[in-house]
Amino acid sequence: MSALLSVVDVGKRFRGLIAVDRVSFTVEAGEIFAVIGPNGAGKTTLFNMIAGVLAPNEGTITFRGERISGRTPDAVCRLGVARTFQIVRPFPALTVEDNVVIGALLHRTEMAAARRHARDVLATLDLFDKRDFRASALTLPDRKRLELARALATDPKLLLLDEVMAGLRPTETDRMVEILRGVNRDMGVTILLIEHVMRAVMALAGHMLVLHHGAPIAKGKPEDVVRDQKVITSYLGQESI
Amino acid sequence: MLSIWLNVVVQGILTGLLYGLMALGLSVIFGVVRLVNFAHGEFAVVAMYAAFVLFRAFGLDPLIAMLPIALAFFVVGFALQRTLINAFVGRPEHEQFILLVGVAIVLVNAVLIVFGPDAQPANLPYAFDSYMIGPLLVDKVRVYAAVAALAVCAALFGFFRFTRTGTAIRACADNLVGAAVVGLDVRKLYAITFGIGLACVGAAGSLMITIADAVPSLGPAYTLLAFTIVIIGGLGSMAGALVAGLLIGVSEALAGFLIAPSMKSMFSFALLVAVLVLRPQGLLGKKPA
Amino acid sequence: MISLWRDMNGRGQVAVALAFLVLLFAPVAATRYLLSVLTLILYFVYVGQAWNLMMGYAGQLSLGHALYVGLGGYISAALWVHFGIGPWLGVVPSVAIAAAFGAAIGWLGFRFGIEGVYFSLLTIAFAEFTRIGFDHIGFVGGAGGLFIPYEESRLGEWWNLRGSQVFFYYLAFGMAVLAVLLTALLARSRLGYQWLAIREDETAARALGIDVFRAKMKAVLISSSMTAVGGVFYAFYYNSLFPAQLFDMSRSIELILGPIVGGTGTVFGPVIGAFVLTPLGEILIAVTEKAGINAPGAKAIFFGLILMAIIYLVPTGVWPWLSQRLGFARRRS
Repeated sequence: MSALLSVVDVGKRFRGLIAVDRVSFTVEAGEIFAVIGPNGAGKTTLFNMIAGVLAPNEGTITFRGERISGRTPDAVCRLGVARTFQIVRPFPALTVEDNVVIGALLHRTEMAAARRHARDVLATLDLFDKRDFRASALTLPDRKRLELARALATDPKLLLLDEVMAGLRPTETDRMVEILRGVNRDMGVTILLIEHVMRAVMALAGHMLVLHHGAPIAKGKPEDVVRDQKVITSYLGQESI
Repeated sequence: MLSIWLNVVVQGILTGLLYGLMALGLSVIFGVVRLVNFAHGEFAVVAMYAAFVLFRAFGLDPLIAMLPIALAFFVVGFALQRTLINAFVGRPEHEQFILLVGVAIVLVNAVLIVFGPDAQPANLPYAFDSYMIGPLLVDKVRVYAAVAALAVCAALFGFFRFTRTGTAIRACADNLVGAAVVGLDVRKLYAITFGIGLACVGAAGSLMITIADAVPSLGPAYTLLAFTIVIIGGLGSMAGALVAGLLIGVSEALAGFLIAPSMKSMFSFALLVAVLVLRPQGLLGKKPA
Repeated sequence: MISLWRDMNGRGQVAVALAFLVLLFAPVAATRYLLSVLTLILYFVYVGQAWNLMMGYAGQLSLGHALYVGLGGYISAALWVHFGIGPWLGVVPSVAIAAAFGAAIGWLGFRFGIEGVYFSLLTIAFAEFTRIGFDHIGFVGGAGGLFIPYEESRLGEWWNLRGSQVFFYYLAFGMAVLAVLLTALLARSRLGYQWLAIREDETAARALGIDVFRAKMKAVLISSSMTAVGGVFYAFYYNSLFPAQLFDMSRSIELILGPIVGGTGTVFGPVIGAFVLTPLGEILIAVTEKAGINAPGAKAIFFGLILMAIIYLVPTGVWPWLSQRLGFARRRS
């Protein structure tokens, strides 16, 4: 099996309220996979279960054949799953470079090697010139890229992106799409993104999953999914693409 | 035998009400302004000396002196928040801590210079009177002080429940942004809150002089005591502060009676650690979201 | 260490080298009084640095560090007084026990998610608990204190920490230098960066694969062990130990003022802080005496006011501000 990540019958309840209801899907190595759905569809809950923030009530999540559901976020990251936060959380008082160095130190003990790697990643993400800035001094698009750089510095096999386009203007979105394509193609990182901005999803995703009220209603290639009647009525009908 | 136990517990409850009132002031400040008043106990000691002076110089009973002292403390608290402390709201805890440690050092040493390091008893004329209630023998002063403390607490509960300002302050504590959005003057409300917190500690200190001698070194001990009570009771919970005050009062009294008075606060700390571990939000605190 | 040196520009390097040389040769010219003040300063540099590792780097505010000073001092002194075990050997159990206390506090705090002010209070509670406990342990003299006897014949036994003022000065100097070097080393290590990440944002640190609990435990263990060694120094330098003096909260506060005033999370902050505050205290004593104010609290009042002024004006500490002003600011390649 070449599935990098497989989610099998995963469910999560909060005080009886079903947030995620028996969701299953697989992400193949090397692809870009998107999870979409209206607000409250359970996307973030699903994301948090993969990232180790929440433990599912039922079902299993396996990554490269190893069960990760129920593990802590740091353990999941050490196995090769890096994430970004929807509301970015850079280390504000540290420089841009030191932010990324911390990520690079996950699999490197040598300071010099970590710094080299951090600078490489910064160069890839157009942040090299700003490496001595304090993270708190960056603009939102820059902070989003810093967050991405920090996650990439941990050498992930799988990158989880939580609404990485949120708050970006269209031109900035296009730039981010380009960057993510490069990350996927050149660095060989598989990407799972949770996204609201359909334009970005259509441009990036090879496969997608649509959630509604915690349950999957459609799965497949983007061009097929957007023509699905259920998807159109429940989701796409409300928000223009 | 049982009556001795009962006496100890009742004495603990009466003292605990004073503790509760003192801690209430800290809880109100912490709950609303989100500021750690590390000079709380020192303010209590200043109030003790104020009541002491008013009694010795003018024969004013501390139960009455409590009112002007609380008022003066309110003014001081209001002014302090407006001038010095406001700049520290929202700053890292260790910065607030240093500022208030500075305040505490100044207060305690000012008291030390004026009154010296020795314990000063108030020597109230009715200090040794007591009530006989069945098998119970209760000190008159403790009963008076406890009733007064309860009255202040009741007034405070009423203020927060029924007045516009009180409601506005509670709104600030619940949702700061929301409060600012609906046009509440948050800075002024903070100043009022700090004033109220200090008025509480002013009243508590005045009452404390009726049952304990005034010593400058009580300051840090009271600060610690107030913090312990607030955390055991649950941050921001007014009822919690009172309940925990009673609990600590009783625990201190029992420990002093069973083991040694000098070891009484060991039990408070053990209680604190247990609460931190088992119920970090405190006995009556709200669960964090 | 090398990186610490390299990160300074020429002016900074000259200033540090000069300060080092002045301190190295201070006993040649200094009076006994001056030397005792310098010894005290260097002691505060040392313990301040130990605290700085935990607060300035790992972001865990301990207000009970006097606990470790007291444990280190009491255990080494008791071993010496009762069993004749010298401090070089006694330092081992002293550090071990202090580290065990640190581990207990850390475990309780970090396992049960006790954070911020709550964690600080936990550290105070442990220190106060131990203070009251030591008041009642007859073996170490209880509240009456424990004394290391002054023996003329042992005066030269430096290996038993029996020596002159000059000896203790150099001991404190060595400890302070080591503490600074250790901080510099840790600050540029993997662990140091993990601490910074935790200080800045624990959730984000966890998402980057950092085992937050482990890193924080290491901070407490290193910090408490270091501080306990400071306690051993204290015991054999002052020769008298009282629970109310060693474990008291005011001691914990005194110990952390230097790093906060100098600048937490910096290598030189605790150094500058100690060199500002301790002489300030001495000057205030002298000035108040000169002015004929012989009230015991006058000095402390000035101290409190100056503390408030410093935290009001330069909240991030004197060192970051000073190094900017004097042009020692790091140059980055």
